[in-house]
Amino acid sequence: MTTMGITKKIILGMALACGLSFTAQANTAGPAWDKAPNRIHDMGALQNGAKLFVNYCLNCHSAAYMRYTRLTDIGLTHEQIKDNLLVTNAKIGDTMKAAIDPQQAKSWFGNTPPDLSVIARSRAGANGSGADYLYTYMRSFYRDPATQTGWNNTVFPNVAMPHVLWELQGDRRAVFKEVTEHGVTSHQFEAFEQLTPGTLSLAQYDSAVGDLVNYLQWMAEPAQTTRQRVGIWVLIFLAGLSLITWRLNKAYWKDIK
Amino acid sequence: MATFHEISPNASAGAKTLNWIDNRFPLSKLFKEHMSEYYAPKNFNIWYIFGSLSLLVLVIQIVTGIFLVMHYKPDAALAFGSVEYIMRDVPWGWMIRYMHSTGASAFFVVVYLHMFRGLMYGSYRKPRELIWLFGCGIFLALMAEAFMGYLLPWGQMSYWGAQVIVNLFSAIPFVGPDLALLIRGDFVVGDATLNRFFSFHVIAVPLVLLGLVVAHIIALHEVGSNNPDGIEIKATKDANGIPLDGIPFHPYYSVHDVFAVSVFLLVFTAIVFFAPEMGGYFLEYNNFIPANPFQTPLHIAPVWYFTPFYSLLRAVTTELMYVLMACVVGGAALAVLKVKMPALFKGIIVGAAAVIVAMMLSIDAKFWGVVAMGGGVVILFFLPWLDNSEVKSIRYRPTWHKYLYALFVINFFILGYLGTQPPSAIGGRISQIGTLFYFGFFLLMPWWSRLGAFKPVPTRVNYSAH
Repeated sequence: MTTMGITKKIILGMALACGLSFTAQANTAGPAWDKAPNRIHDMGALQNGAKLFVNYCLNCHSAAYMRYTRLTDIGLTHEQIKDNLLVTNAKIGDTMKAAIDPQQAKSWFGNTPPDLSVIARSRAGANGSGADYLYTYMRSFYRDPATQTGWNNTVFPNVAMPHVLWELQGDRRAVFKEVTEHGVTSHQFEAFEQLTPGTLSLAQYDSAVGDLVNYLQWMAEPAQTTRQRVGIWVLIFLAGLSLITWRLNKAYWKDIK
Repeated sequence: MATFHEISPNASAGAKTLNWIDNRFPLSKLFKEHMSEYYAPKNFNIWYIFGSLSLLVLVIQIVTGIFLVMHYKPDAALAFGSVEYIMRDVPWGWMIRYMHSTGASAFFVVVYLHMFRGLMYGSYRKPRELIWLFGCGIFLALMAEAFMGYLLPWGQMSYWGAQVIVNLFSAIPFVGPDLALLIRGDFVVGDATLNRFFSFHVIAVPLVLLGLVVAHIIALHEVGSNNPDGIEIKATKDANGIPLDGIPFHPYYSVHDVFAVSVFLLVFTAIVFFAPEMGGYFLEYNNFIPANPFQTPLHIAPVWYFTPFYSLLRAVTTELMYVLMACVVGGAALAVLKVKMPALFKGIIVGAAAVIVAMMLSIDAKFWGVVAMGGGVVILFFLPWLDNSEVKSIRYRPTWHKYLYALFVINFFILGYLGTQPPSAIGGRISQIGTLFYFGFFLLMPWWSRLGAFKPVPTRVNYSAH
């Protein structure tokens, strides 16, 4: 048939264009992001992440759409949540509100700390997933006496947030080198230099941040594991249905000559 | 008016019930006219399923929409949170929401394919012009529906996308600023805007959409479907007046559609359950940040289905205006010198060209960008009168027509891709060339569609049993 050729070409073209566009959405510049470990199905890691989140993040940031009870999805019992994670005077059915008053936070940091409920979803981009961004970000703080908090970050320069995990990671400074390109001199980041050791080794620190960002990734969409589990059954059902309707269609159409 | 039909007292309960209804409402008659005795060409190919699939997606959108409205709050302070509430606390809310957000993109996928089918096989040609016009109306309503629906999650992209697009209206001379104010209900996009967009999204536009869909189908069933060969099957009928190449829609195409629906749902649910964000194309990442009127995102991009038209908008710069003016002057000169017509018409053409060029010189390029974006959609309405080809179907057109159509599709994809990207010098140039090609394709169609060696059209459709 004469149109088959062009139809195929067009479909091929569409497939090609889709493939191109999926890799080429470049809306985020800046340094490349490190790949965060994937522990989204690892209950232990998610629980450790939740603990780090409550201990370090929840002081200033809220997760105003996330209820404490939902933590049962990552294998915690109500008792465990009450005993270990309800640090403020919140009730277990409440959403996760920051300990700090938002107005106060604004006067201290110059900015209201953003809500973290869906932070992992919002930070995805051309360089990777939101977890990748957060994983890189939390491992890119360094001492900088020029800023208000005394901390700076290579992923988010002049960020208002201080390095809350510094005790775990230890003190670091960033080494920059001067680069002259087309007559313009700029400072390019070269490496971090450890000043004082933290309570965790470098590998342990990376792993802890990995747990934390996996928790954030999970918290951004607590239904994601259910979604995939249900999805498999839906696809199996529809594959069966397609098979039956295909044969049904064939059976009817054999009359048409 | 039908005469009252008595049924034998020995008839089955089902037959009695149907008879009772048929004496009061044309149920059997409607079923026959639109299903069991509606004869459709037997040579439909895969391109012919997207009409049914659009109807399916429409139903998905309406049903999921009804459930979303039960929990969604159209209030600038609560909207973002209510969507997250649906995603987390409403049982199966995440599934309903993902079906609705994926459905929006799926709608455009099937509608674009459906429209391209019409383009390929000349489905808009006489006597099907009204089907096409109703269809274009549906497309326009769909764009309005999608645009207003996108504001509702009240994320950064919702907010700034609406801000950018509504601001475009203010570029219209004289009435622009007031018009933009009327649309927003405020000086910036705000609570008033959210409320009216919600009202339009859930009531006004869906009503229009449904009305147009009914008109589209009634018009289609009045004249009958076109087919990949572009042959009128009603031209060759058997002794009973049934088209020789026609088969009853039910059961042959209903069973076809059931199969197509299963396969479509397979793809649709694969996205809903495994890639609802679709790499940031169906749900943009920035839209997970609540709307903030004080912080403009670095890069504002509409959702993918608007990006080809957004590219047309961005392509029109002061520079391109000179090219467009040259096109107007050249077009008028060609018409006056090459086409035979009374001197009065020639005078009108020269006068109109002069007025248009004067307007192009005096009104900001931003306005003409808006004209290009709107024109890119509106020009589709004129297709039945732009196409002068002697055959309907691409199958019997000169081979180079196929390449031209392929170029049109590639160009549409390139414009779409560039629309998702931040502005760049090279991208801007390419989209300007793409814009000229897009409009050239349609505006020069009366001329090029007649050129070339057409192939003989058979009297009966091509069909091999399968």
